[in-house]
Amino acid sequence: MTNRPPRIDLIRNVERALRDASLQRQMGKAMPASRKARADVVAELPEWESLRSTAAGIKDHVLANLESYLRQLESQVSALGGTVHWASGAAEARAIITDLARSRGVRRIVKSKSMTTEEISLNAALEAAGARVVETDLGEYVVQLAGERPSHLIAPVIHKPTEEIADLFVRKLGVPRYERPEELARVAREVLRAEFLAAEMGITGVNFAIAESGTLVIVENEGNARLTTARPRIHVAVMGIEKVLPRMADLSVFLRILARSGTGQRASVYVSLLTGPRRAGETDGPEELHLVILDNGRRRLLADPGLRTALRCIRCGACQNECPVYRHAGGHAYGSVYAGPIGAVLTPAYEGMERARDLPFASTLCRACADVCPVKIDLPGMLVELRARAVRTGLAPWRDRMLVGAWTFFMRSPARFMLAGDLGRLAQRLVARGGKIERLPYPLSGWTAHRAAPALASTPFRAWWKSRQGGPR
Amino acid sequence: MKPVALFVTCLVDQLYPRVGEATVRVLERAGCAVAFPAEQTCCGQAAFNNGFQEEARVLGRRFLDVFADAPAIVAPSGSCADMVREWYPHLFRDEPALGVLARSVASRTYELSEYLVRVLGVDDLGARFPATVTYHPSCHGLRGLGLREEPLGLLRAVRDLRLVELPDAGQCCGFGGFFSIKFAALSGAMLSVKLDNIEASGAEVVTATDVSCLMHISGGLSRRGSRVRALHLAEILAGS
Repeated sequence: MTNRPPRIDLIRNVERALRDASLQRQMGKAMPASRKARADVVAELPEWESLRSTAAGIKDHVLANLESYLRQLESQVSALGGTVHWASGAAEARAIITDLARSRGVRRIVKSKSMTTEEISLNAALEAAGARVVETDLGEYVVQLAGERPSHLIAPVIHKPTEEIADLFVRKLGVPRYERPEELARVAREVLRAEFLAAEMGITGVNFAIAESGTLVIVENEGNARLTTARPRIHVAVMGIEKVLPRMADLSVFLRILARSGTGQRASVYVSLLTGPRRAGETDGPEELHLVILDNGRRRLLADPGLRTALRCIRCGACQNECPVYRHAGGHAYGSVYAGPIGAVLTPAYEGMERARDLPFASTLCRACADVCPVKIDLPGMLVELRARAVRTGLAPWRDRMLVGAWTFFMRSPARFMLAGDLGRLAQRLVARGGKIERLPYPLSGWTAHRAAPALASTPFRAWWKSRQGGPR
Repeated sequence: MKPVALFVTCLVDQLYPRVGEATVRVLERAGCAVAFPAEQTCCGQAAFNNGFQEEARVLGRRFLDVFADAPAIVAPSGSCADMVREWYPHLFRDEPALGVLARSVASRTYELSEYLVRVLGVDDLGARFPATVTYHPSCHGLRGLGLREEPLGLLRAVRDLRLVELPDAGQCCGFGGFFSIKFAALSGAMLSVKLDNIEASGAEVVTATDVSCLMHISGGLSRRGSRVRALHLAEILAGS
């Protein structure tokens, strides 16, 4: 690799997001509803905790036996008449899919439910190969029209106010300005119907792949994945290696936790179970089914005991909804496909710590994400681990090293600690008023930009304790 | 008399000694014989959370040494108690002797309200505090130590105290140690939401089990010119 992408400057991105009044208003409006919906439907299930444990257990079992389940999946899909392709990285996956399109003279492609294809930047490659690619899920479609990337795992356009979407449709589709979401959805549906009818290839993601039967499972609410997989001649499904489940019986657990965690629904509107391409005598379904199984850094993650369980992730987005940092920053600030707490773990793992060194630090470790994760990923623990790795590999900024170094020096003995306190008391004489300090110098100036700092007490606790021990009780 | 070693925490020692004094009074009122091991400094949480595990180990070793023989270690801080309980065993997992000590010390370390309610079975300290109070459950106490009802029960037993609900209480205040310096504006934005909720609760006093969150909240209240005061739970329980 010669041209490395530049470092993600999350701190600057966040500051820009905070100044973006429209983004702040939109996130402030959209996120509480998502959180409440989830909390309400989760509270309905007394067995929620045991469902989480079961799901985490199944995922861990899969991860411990991953290669054999993947082989089983491959042989089942092949036996059904599908073709399985293995892609070690993004470039290989792009090449497989663009070659498929090219060799079959595909000009028009529809897509649905495919975060993994965002990960491998597939659209640009297909367009370069001469195909027209249209996202068919409403949110993804809007994001594509706007030339942006999704900002949320399951609500890709959550960052954009309806008025902006209305303007975008006027500009890009030449339609009158509709303001109501239902009207906008109708406009998109009309455009997309024509695309479905004309498409020769449909590309989707995969929520779960069942090893014992070779069934691909796609969970959605709009029905676009169903059209994408049923109408075009060729269906290409792209999945990360971690999406495999052993048995059909495992699916019920995941369907329950995914819908409730993701959208706060008891069940999603559509669940498509696709078992092989069209058989003789069937009236719909693709003539060709291709399954692309993608590694792209996942096997490296699997071999990493500190981060392995991040591969349990079922991409529900609950951690993003719950994370106060994500809610203020928005998904784009994370500068990568995956945002929020799970993104802060996956991006450094997939794209390198050097590029993503700020991401694991963008958390107060409040653990709200761990509380809602339906597969019990210890996201805060992983963030701490990634921080430690950043420090060990010399990626910690100079300021952090200085602050922690000084702190540790003064905390090594009570005498030094008290000395630090005394020095501080001496220094604060100039700046402390009424027990508060309104402006601290660098490197602490960020604190007083947003809140007053407390002054050191005139008498530390231990001096009080000493005098108390000496005097009467 | 229950023998208890007070881990006062570095912030309380230097910034909020009155919280330490209140903690001593509360523990004594609950029938404890309080000792203060004077060799203590800081648990190392700030270093650890920021990825400086070597530095955290240096301070952690000290802590284990100072509190090795303490029958029970009580801190007026959910996050420091959580550091010792949750992370020390992890931090010293590769050092056999220290690992054993870390697990043992961890099993004897408690946050104040946790110790009062879960260990001593005390829920009424005979305190009186005439004010409208709202409670902010600090993240490490709430989700780390699982403290939900304990602090609330103690507050409900306080005479003349009117407890009002904090909207979206479980939401982080945005402090997060170094986070508040590194992501200063973001931390400020999170704080602002918390302050709005505190003011919406109608409380005169906001309380919590951690002075770190309270330092952050009180700094924000002061900057806003709010009349709401931030007090540690121990200060309310010590009221008479």
